[in-house]
Amino acid sequence: MKKSFLFISCEEAKHICDKAQYNEASIWEHFKLSLRLMYCRITKSYSSKNKQLSKVIETSEVKCLKAEERRRLQNQFNEALSEQQQTN
Amino acid sequence: MPKHVIDPNKWVNLYSDYLFNYTISRVNDRDIAQDLISDTFLAGLKSMKNFKGEASERTWLISILKRKIIDYYRKINSNKGKAEIRMSYINSEESEGDWLEERVADPSDKTAEDTLVNSELGDAIYDCLEKLPQKQAEVFKMKTILGYDTETICNELEITPSNLWVIIHRARTALAECMEENWF
Repeated sequence: MKKSFLFISCEEAKHICDKAQYNEASIWEHFKLSLRLMYCRITKSYSSKNKQLSKVIETSEVKCLKAEERRRLQNQFNEALSEQQQTN
Repeated sequence: MPKHVIDPNKWVNLYSDYLFNYTISRVNDRDIAQDLISDTFLAGLKSMKNFKGEASERTWLISILKRKIIDYYRKINSNKGKAEIRMSYINSEESEGDWLEERVADPSDKTAEDTLVNSELGDAIYDCLEKLPQKQAEVFKMKTILGYDTETICNELEITPSNLWVIIHRARTALAECMEENWF
């Protein structure tokens, strides 16, 4: 089936919606998503939950370790773990 | 038979982010938070034989971490903290009385209640994140919490951008469902 340049599938709409949460969707993608949101309940429901999730994460101000910080922690801990195993 | 078993090999992967989120909101310094987590894991390793298995590993580690945080504040209060308390406006006649206005609480400041809600919300998010496959949780945290761009994550984890978006989609769908059950 020929792919429409204006009307997108539900899957594509969800993908654009995901990108939009990170400000990575283009204006054209936003437009196509808005068009789909006018008639597709599934996209509308997904979009609403997706936005709610983004808002909750933002409100929570939740934090996590950066990759290199976790690696450093893991290395320190591995050393202690192997020392402990040697003494046992 | 104990309800929970202990396996220190998985601690860093499973609990370091949760412990970090708990600590950073209390000490407000990334380096200190990491030191406290490292101390917690080491203390946990030394006292593994005391783990009875009645609580989960995470709860047990948090109880150790709480003591570490209290010790940290005790230490800075006994050394540096007390010496650093300064009284301003003492010698300034011109600004006499200004301090009253300047010390009125800023309405945008967080209240204890806000902090509590955020802390509970953070716990709920981490509870849901723990249910995700490790890779999904890792990509989601890098993209959403750390705010890394797509290229950085793809290079770090050696995945393609389309792969990243598939992972993000799965993670977001599962998280939204989990949060709907537990929070919304």
